[in-house]
Amino acid sequence: MSATLPGSASGPDRAPASTDEVERQLERTWRPDPGLLGWLRSVDHKSIGLRYVVTAFVFFLLGGIEAAVMRAQLARPEARILGPDAYNQFFTMHGTTMMFLFAVPVMDAMGIYLVPLMIGARNVAFPKLNAYGYWVYLFGGAFLYLMFFLNTGPDAGWFSYVPLAGLQFSPSKRVDVWAQTITFTEIAALVAAVEIIVTVFKNRAPGMTLHRMPLLVWAMLVQSFMVLFAMPWIATASQFLAMDRLVKTHFFTPATGGDVLLWQHLFWFFGHPEVYLILLPALGFVSAIVATFTRRPVYGYPAMVLSLIATAFLGFGLWVHHMFATGLPALGESFFTAASMMIAIPSGIQIFCWIATIWAGRPRFTVPLLFVIGFILVFVIGGLSGVMVASVPLDQVVHDTYFVVAHFHYVLIGGAVFPLFAAFYYWFPKVTGRMLGEPLGRWHFWLFFLGVNLTFFPMHQLGLDGMPRRVYTYLAETGWGDLNLLASGGAALIAVSVAIFLVNVAVSLRAGSLAGDDPWGADTLEWATSSPPPPYNFAVIPKVSSPYATWDEDDRATDPQRLERGDFVLETGHLTPGTTPVDGHMDEILAMPEESPWPVTLAFVATLGTAFVLANHLILAAAMAALAAAVLVAWHSAEPEAA
Amino acid sequence: MSPWWQAHSALHPNGAQLSLIIDRLWSPMFAAAAAIFALVAGALGWALLRRRAAAEAPDDPGRERGMRWTVSLATACTVAVLLVLLGLDISVSRATTAAPGRDALRVVVTGHQWWWEIRYGGVVTANEIHVPVGRTVVLELRSNDVIHSVWPISLSPKLDEIPGKNNSLSLRAERPGVFRGQCAEYCGHQHAKMAFLVVAEAPGSFERWLQGQRELAAPPADDLARHGQQVFLSSCAACHTVAGTPASGRAGPDLTHLAGRATIAAGTLANTRGNLAGWILDPQTIKPGAYMPPIPLAPADLHAVVAYLETLR
Repeated sequence: MSATLPGSASGPDRAPASTDEVERQLERTWRPDPGLLGWLRSVDHKSIGLRYVVTAFVFFLLGGIEAAVMRAQLARPEARILGPDAYNQFFTMHGTTMMFLFAVPVMDAMGIYLVPLMIGARNVAFPKLNAYGYWVYLFGGAFLYLMFFLNTGPDAGWFSYVPLAGLQFSPSKRVDVWAQTITFTEIAALVAAVEIIVTVFKNRAPGMTLHRMPLLVWAMLVQSFMVLFAMPWIATASQFLAMDRLVKTHFFTPATGGDVLLWQHLFWFFGHPEVYLILLPALGFVSAIVATFTRRPVYGYPAMVLSLIATAFLGFGLWVHHMFATGLPALGESFFTAASMMIAIPSGIQIFCWIATIWAGRPRFTVPLLFVIGFILVFVIGGLSGVMVASVPLDQVVHDTYFVVAHFHYVLIGGAVFPLFAAFYYWFPKVTGRMLGEPLGRWHFWLFFLGVNLTFFPMHQLGLDGMPRRVYTYLAETGWGDLNLLASGGAALIAVSVAIFLVNVAVSLRAGSLAGDDPWGADTLEWATSSPPPPYNFAVIPKVSSPYATWDEDDRATDPQRLERGDFVLETGHLTPGTTPVDGHMDEILAMPEESPWPVTLAFVATLGTAFVLANHLILAAAMAALAAAVLVAWHSAEPEAA
Repeated sequence: MSPWWQAHSALHPNGAQLSLIIDRLWSPMFAAAAAIFALVAGALGWALLRRRAAAEAPDDPGRERGMRWTVSLATACTVAVLLVLLGLDISVSRATTAAPGRDALRVVVTGHQWWWEIRYGGVVTANEIHVPVGRTVVLELRSNDVIHSVWPISLSPKLDEIPGKNNSLSLRAERPGVFRGQCAEYCGHQHAKMAFLVVAEAPGSFERWLQGQRELAAPPADDLARHGQQVFLSSCAACHTVAGTPASGRAGPDLTHLAGRATIAAGTLANTRGNLAGWILDPQTIKPGAYMPPIPLAPADLHAVVAYLETLR
């Protein structure tokens, strides 16, 4: 990338061209290459973001199918649908899929799609790296599922506690597959975090100061910083585990001086913040949707932003509450109880602000708002049971039982899946140009809301009645049969509701009513361009002088004039403005890379190399490492010329 | 089928530590949670559905002041409620982690994949923890394989058994009874069927039980049992101990007083003649993945070995 003085690439001294001609020029410059090869080479954040979301949703469906099979097994005592070997793979795959392949990636993916549009940029800061992140994620996830279908799916739980996950007690390749696959998703998450941080700090439309950023952009920014600090721990831990297993190091083997609790500390120092990696973007969706469907700004913008930041800080001080049953010193545990309870405060503040916004505004009961209402109700229940398990004595009662299963499904489905469905209904028109059907959407919402509560609420009682988590069956004498049957019935409702959603998407893609640029009357910049957005996002880089850019009629009225004048059109190349991190002053014009075959190639080579390591073909693995180095040289040999 | 243990729920405690937690922590927390949920849901419902004047502007600045007060008040209430709950938590924590007295009975509970070894000094038994009512019992938690977690559901909270770490869990049964317990930490294939019983009895009968456990197994009294012992020594002794005989295997549970226990296979099956025979022939159908292999005995041998096991009182 290189810089020139602001405006020199397309300054007002340039001979004015007709608007149509300018748009044709932009179209020629940014048009994606056709065909499969073009698709593989794409570095457009919208193309990458959309396939990222779709891939993550496919993993959500796979994880959901695993859950449905487990619910069938648990519906009656001593059922024989799954034996322990299969069940243990199923619950491990369900957790690993939902946490590593769905929840975190789908939030990153939404950010990759939406953030450049919301800040008036033409692409993310490092488009090739961005594409690489997607491919690494896709190949890692596909590899995990390939091994699962070959009956080598991981079976030590999604947090793979040692020594059970160590070589002695898990001698097959199953845990190796887990350790390597999650490393892929960690790389993808780090890539997305770097993308979003740099894009947000450097590529905002001129005039968008930090305090004019939409709350969703704030949420993605804060979340990305959390990723930077959380992911290295799990990357370290999973590599330690891989080394213990592959080259016989002794990080986690107590007999030879290792420490099994070290694994738990490392895992949860990542694993607890991970909940907030998933939650924060979802809170951003909620803020965007509440503002649009109450027709007013979210109340308490500074409080909302500070709450996000406070959540991020506090999120790193809670990890020990996953270890209250390991017998740690009581004084230290009280600290983590206090911290765990404290994090309810910023969450509470945000919920109070949304309710105040709804109260002051004029709510329109669209499907996105219904899902937001569902989010608040379900998430609050999860938060309240979270305060209970923050208490050490109470946690020692319900830890590792179905009470905790109920708790974290309330938090994660309430805190992530409800907002995500709201977001799908909300941004579907922007992405596809067509509305996602309302009548089926209402069926989807009500069945999903009912199903989630029917599935997970009885689990609180099951846990208190003594049912531990991760059991493939239970005896009839335990008396757990009826509530389990109820929970399985709820799971069937969830399955039906998700099927309705899929039908709705399929129908709406073909026959949904046309959306136009801004079907909701929303406040953020993505609604200021066409639906779907053109490859260059904005014909003219929008001018921003308020926090609610699309509601700013004066600014939006000037866009066509500026387009005619050629002011910030930048049609002469792959160009986007670079601005100062805090004040959003125009700083430089950045040349963005063009399409490239190397991200997908590098990801593929890395996947092959990992597979060879797992298969103990070390020579082939070394060859792949050398090939990867060569690919990196090729990658960097075609950097953009100075603008 | 009626359970061979009493109904178990953490909400109906039979132990002193759990009673304290349920009464002084769970009850107020549950009440607070229910009230807060009702308030939030009520506020949300009102915000959504209240009647609005046609002229009302959604962003009327005059209203912002009232909203600031309301949000601030709600936040202050949240902080206050959390502080009260934190205070309750700390006081109950201190009470439940208080050091047990000197007269506490110490029992070593070692988790194995997928059964429990129970030791009272030199007495070794399995899957059944006998305790005297009213006396504090300290369970010394050990593991030499993977992490397990001891959870006497209606008696006390749970604590992990971690290789390389010595944890101890106190419980005091408040009434006699047979109470179910369960491994709570996922420990591999048969985590689901890794249960145990806590048998709480009057101090006198507990002492008689302990005395009985100290005795060696009585020699078989009839021909059938004598034949069964021969079968046992050739087919089972590599893994199981019967004190007073050459059988001294350590891989599986000590069977010296097997016939006195209510269950076999770690709380999975009632200890009946038929279940014993079925378990010996085909443990892999009952607990797939368990380390006990199928023992294909001829019917006469099986009959004899079950008869012998039933003499081990």
